[in-house]
Amino acid sequence: MDEKETISQIHQKQREWEKQRYSKAIQENPERKQKFKNLSEMEIKNIYTPEDIKDLKYLKDIGFPGEYPFLRGVHPNLYRGRLWTMRQFAGFGSAEETNKRYHYLLEHGETGLSVAFDYPTLYGYDTDHPLARGEFGKCGVAISSLVDMELLFHGIPLDKITTSMTINGPAAIIWAMYIANAENQGISKEKIGGTIQNDILKEYIAQKSYIFPPEPSMRLIVDTFEYGYKNVPKWNTISISGYHIREAGSTAVQELAFTLGDGIEYVKAAMNRGLMIDDFAPRLSFFFNAHNDFFEEIAKYRAARRIWAKEMKGLGAKKPRSLWMRFHTQTAGCTLTAQQPEINIVRVTMQALAAVLGGTQSLHTNSMDEALALPSEKAVRIALRTQQIIAEESGVTSTVDPLGGAYYVEWLTEKMEEETYKYFDKVQRLGGVIPAIEKGFFQREIAESAYRYQKETDENQRIIVGVNRYTLDEKPSIPILKMDEKGEERQIHRLQKLRKDRDNPKVQRHLQQLRKAATGDENLMPFILDCIHSYATLGETCDVLREVFGEYKEQAIY
Amino acid sequence: MKKIRVLVAKPGLDGHDRGAKIVARALRDAGMEVVYTGLHQTADQIVNTAIQEDVDVVGLSLLSGAHMTLFIDVAVLLKEKKMDDVLIVGGGIIPEEDVPALRKAGIAEVFGPGTPVDDIVRYIKKNVKR
Amino acid sequence: MTELSKKVIDGDQRSIARLITLVENNAADAVETMKKIHSHTGNAQVIGVTGVMGSGKSSLIFELALAYRAEGKKVGIIAIDPTSPFSGGALLGDRIRMTELSTDDGVFIRSMGTRGMMGGLTGALYDVVEILDAAGMHVILIETVGVGQDEVDIVKIADTTLVVLVPGLGDSVQTIKAGLMEIADIFVVNKADKPGVEQTIAELESMLDLVGHLDHRTPIVATSAKNKKGIKLLTSKITEHQEYLKKSNAFEIRRRQRYEAELVEIIRKRLMDFIFDEKKLKTTVDSCIDQISKKELDPYSAADQILGKILR
Repeated sequence: MDEKETISQIHQKQREWEKQRYSKAIQENPERKQKFKNLSEMEIKNIYTPEDIKDLKYLKDIGFPGEYPFLRGVHPNLYRGRLWTMRQFAGFGSAEETNKRYHYLLEHGETGLSVAFDYPTLYGYDTDHPLARGEFGKCGVAISSLVDMELLFHGIPLDKITTSMTINGPAAIIWAMYIANAENQGISKEKIGGTIQNDILKEYIAQKSYIFPPEPSMRLIVDTFEYGYKNVPKWNTISISGYHIREAGSTAVQELAFTLGDGIEYVKAAMNRGLMIDDFAPRLSFFFNAHNDFFEEIAKYRAARRIWAKEMKGLGAKKPRSLWMRFHTQTAGCTLTAQQPEINIVRVTMQALAAVLGGTQSLHTNSMDEALALPSEKAVRIALRTQQIIAEESGVTSTVDPLGGAYYVEWLTEKMEEETYKYFDKVQRLGGVIPAIEKGFFQREIAESAYRYQKETDENQRIIVGVNRYTLDEKPSIPILKMDEKGEERQIHRLQKLRKDRDNPKVQRHLQQLRKAATGDENLMPFILDCIHSYATLGETCDVLREVFGEYKEQAIY
Repeated sequence: MKKIRVLVAKPGLDGHDRGAKIVARALRDAGMEVVYTGLHQTADQIVNTAIQEDVDVVGLSLLSGAHMTLFIDVAVLLKEKKMDDVLIVGGGIIPEEDVPALRKAGIAEVFGPGTPVDDIVRYIKKNVKR
Repeated sequence: MTELSKKVIDGDQRSIARLITLVENNAADAVETMKKIHSHTGNAQVIGVTGVMGSGKSSLIFELALAYRAEGKKVGIIAIDPTSPFSGGALLGDRIRMTELSTDDGVFIRSMGTRGMMGGLTGALYDVVEILDAAGMHVILIETVGVGQDEVDIVKIADTTLVVLVPGLGDSVQTIKAGLMEIADIFVVNKADKPGVEQTIAELESMLDLVGHLDHRTPIVATSAKNKKGIKLLTSKITEHQEYLKKSNAFEIRRRQRYEAELVEIIRKRLMDFIFDEKKLKTTVDSCIDQISKKELDPYSAADQILGKILR
């Protein structure tokens, strides 16, 4: 078959079709919108044909899963061999309460753990710190010391299950607690697996749970890369995230571009330190959002894999695993409504499906009540069942990258890659990621997109079911999670007892050693581990680093 | 020419500022002068700022669940400082069942997720006390 | 209103804030109070801080305020941001960098929008400086909009004007507007931890060589607000400038210029209020404008008509 001729034939035929059929159709059924756009403001056509992807070559540009450029996936048989990990982000109140929720989730079929910490913990403050007032356990579990970590994982075999921890500013310290807890249980570092989010760049850009300024934060991260590949080989020492960037209001393209840009920055930082790319790159992982525009999300994940593989190859990576973009996905929290909360189940289902069709390695599905509070048991169970139904009943796991070859999806994947490289250029011209952060570039882009999204919603250009159309006058009546009121008291008692009972001179000694090492350039992980093993608290350890590194203050960007 | 002055504040450790920034911008577009405090504000800082900036409205934004403590802290302190002519409003992730207690403490209205920004603008213009 | 003026002079923050609002809104009530407090002014040192966006003015002001507080001085800070010409509203976010100062009762921070005044300064700014002065502030720091050309006006109100630059911000010294360079009493090269500092300083020095100052060469101070470096040197240069002004009667001249500008502003405001007041001349003005549009009248003759009614 002469390909070129086929394309021009198709082109010809399409013109005829447009004149004869299409123009008639739009007279009978005029288009519902002036323009059909996706969430990255790209205009979407009525139909896509082979002509839209005429320059794509299957072997070079699309390929097979498990082979460069990895567009179709990093695992040759993906879900046929092993389903994605069902990993529900959870945490609230005290460690004991959260431990119960973990057992509940495991009983109901989740296959990986994911820890949500409360705000004081995220910022490196103990529960009894004045700034922690009112915040204990409200949006995650409070972990102030190794004692809490022990309670959190009580009865859970850390050599048989992997744990992801959403922690950034104090990531190295919380990781040290996890490692120390496992060791105390007789499980060596080589056996434990999991992830720490540990992605500080996106904190400055979007999530805002930073502690120290950029340079010392990057130093700590590279310390964890190094310590990780040498001592904790099954651990992903970073989860380079776009989820939060998206939640802050970015478009899908911005999520893709800013995340991968951050990733490249981390790789360069580690290489500047002298680490070999093939040593640490296999343990870099990613975290994306699964938002509303179904096909845009799928194209996003695919494009991410190809772009990452290209970039890593360009940086000199040789091992295949160094080129793999493995990712966890969470369905978009910001799309959930407080109005008619049950219908959030439907939103989450579609978003989760997009993630699965995009080949995610691990998935969290939001619960229906999350625009109101933290998930109740029933709500989180339904969220888990959503994943299980997709896995067992929908048939989408039978083949790898089922949408590969679809004209629309392949076109969109190309487009997203194109737009991403435009952003890479922009950031380059600003001097790189960190200068761009200091100039407020990412923050401004995100604020603009967020504002535009709001305006379109308020002007009813964007319909949100239950909010600006198909509304209901009744107040939602679903049970909201209630936490144990005595939890905070117990935690504070525990802390006070700990500070009394431990070997305080030893604690002080180790904190002093950490302080000294922090002013130099040794890898801080062993020092942090010493502090944690001797039961220094999170706050005490972070305070030492705050002293040496200083604290970060953000600028005003709307 | 009198302008409505609004303080948009993020009390406590919550770092989610997408909503606060959008509201601040919308209020600006509606002709108001908006002082934005930035993140991690204590009640003292918020109230002192409200005094110095002589604001007509204090808007509190919180998505971390700590509103019963932190919103009420601010409302109580504003009362102590005799700032009775300041309209207090709040927004974020606040369950309906907590709203009565917040109202009782002096928070006039709570704008939950999905509220069109124009509703907030209209409410403020209508209910500003001075 | 006597009450209010007493409270302001006592330094009551609520009263200071209230009076500022009144003068911003051009309230008639404010006038009597402003008259009463004037005799209590003249003690505060007024420092203008200007420079392009991104030069770190807010952080610098924060550090200066801390330094002055350490000397036991009371500090007033006026942070100015542009008012939107479309909506009339403003986003005032400079306080973000100064959070810790909000609870220091020796510091008073007020954010102001330009409210459509040309020159980047608000008409009420003179009044606000007087209010903070009368309230006992030893130092008043004014942060301006940072748009470049309007900065030149800050010199009318400040005793000492700092022009803040950053190395490698894309603007080299040459591209910064000439007026901005001339109004500087001190050049501050902030973010001095970044590459390009020496070059920026060298460019400034050679520009100063060209301009050639007769008696007092403008000092250049390198600072890093985020690392708290260079702040002490900066405050000592500010003090030096103050002393130089006082010794050389330039201080008197500047103060005269400030009061002149202030007087002109008050007169201008009153005149404009009078002319555009519905009950007074607005109808005349409107009909003049109609005639000008129809080319039945030229603007100069219109002005003759309008002013004729006032200046009889």
